[in-house]
Amino acid sequence: MTTETQDMKPPQTHPDWHWYAGVVAAGAVWLMLYRQLIPFSEWATGLFPVARHSHSGEAIAFFLYDVPKVLLLLTLIVFVTGVLRSWFSPEKTRAILSGRREIMGYPLAAALGVLTPFCSCSSVPLFIGFVSAGVPLGVTFSFLIAGPMVGPVGLGLLFGLVGWKIALIYLVFGFSIATVSGWVMSKMKLERYLQDWVREMNAGPAMGLDEERLTLVDRIKIGIEQVREILSRVWVWVVLGIAIGALIHGYVPEAMMLKIMGGEAWWSVPAAVVVGVPMYTNAAGAIPIVEALLGKGAALGTTLAFMMSVIALSLPEMIILKQVLKLRLIGIFIAVVASGILATGFLFNAIL
Amino acid sequence: MKTVKVYGPGCKRCETTAQMLKDAAASLGVEVAVEKVTDPREIAMAGVMSTPGVSVDGKLVHAGGLPDEAKLSDWLTA
Repeated sequence: MTTETQDMKPPQTHPDWHWYAGVVAAGAVWLMLYRQLIPFSEWATGLFPVARHSHSGEAIAFFLYDVPKVLLLLTLIVFVTGVLRSWFSPEKTRAILSGRREIMGYPLAAALGVLTPFCSCSSVPLFIGFVSAGVPLGVTFSFLIAGPMVGPVGLGLLFGLVGWKIALIYLVFGFSIATVSGWVMSKMKLERYLQDWVREMNAGPAMGLDEERLTLVDRIKIGIEQVREILSRVWVWVVLGIAIGALIHGYVPEAMMLKIMGGEAWWSVPAAVVVGVPMYTNAAGAIPIVEALLGKGAALGTTLAFMMSVIALSLPEMIILKQVLKLRLIGIFIAVVASGILATGFLFNAIL
Repeated sequence: MKTVKVYGPGCKRCETTAQMLKDAAASLGVEVAVEKVTDPREIAMAGVMSTPGVSVDGKLVHAGGLPDEAKLSDWLTA
């Protein structure tokens, strides 16, 4: 971008096969790096003047193993998600969901919530766009809850850091909470608690944006762009989350963890939700903490409840939604979703 | 003189989009007035669901994500 002639010319000068070969090569490098994680972290920990099995040695090893691992996983997940999501758009999703009052609308909305690309900064226009085009309010909520709750980043990291069983449990229950919450809220006739201007608004049909035809190379580029953008935004949260996880891993005694977050204490589930809601981080920052908690013997139900409330119910999100929802509706929204989270937490503490 | 509106609540991508449009217009020698629309009501009324959205002389040309460098000149010279 140094001369004007470059500015005018579209930058697409590589033939397609370069892109495909690049993706394959990047995959190979990724795999190679991923296999070096343990040797690397042990070697790097050895550089510190601490005993390997001391508190600080454990914390440092956790940190040095998790930071590259999470960044690698995140790169892969965000790229794959970016490519997959390029087949979806809020406009198409709205067309599919518009007028869906039957029961199947809710799981469908939750599934599309996971697959449709949208960032929380545009949740207000998206909400209005949905509601004004005849997407039922409950269905819209299923969509909005599922997006962050069972996002691919959270699931992928859970899979990579904690294991597939817990990732699967999280997927099933997160998805169910989104589906059922939307359905419950539809039964409550909440339209009157929208801000007045939203109810009165009649945004016309979607503007005639021509559908773009994307080639596979375009989709690859979208994936790369997503990696660049999202990693530059979330890496701070990742490092912060892993640092907290490392401190828990190195210094918190197991006996204390069992007392606070063990399955015995019934109040630990609601406490996890109360602590989790005001905590604002994204899935990428939360999962390393979850990993450390589970490693120290925290009960699964309590940990799930903590994770779900951190990711799915965040205060800044509520403040954004305040523009379109009256306070009472936000209260109901939090209450319904929190009930689902509590139920999940109690259930797993009871059966495990 | 073209009127360009960038729809978005003020997130980083919206800022970048506005700047990209200004830069492209400058290098093309096209006179533009870039206006940022941050009011959620106006954004919704314009039919924008994913931000940033871009309209040129009242016609919506883009919604969601950073626009493609190559398309900027098409919009500004159309």
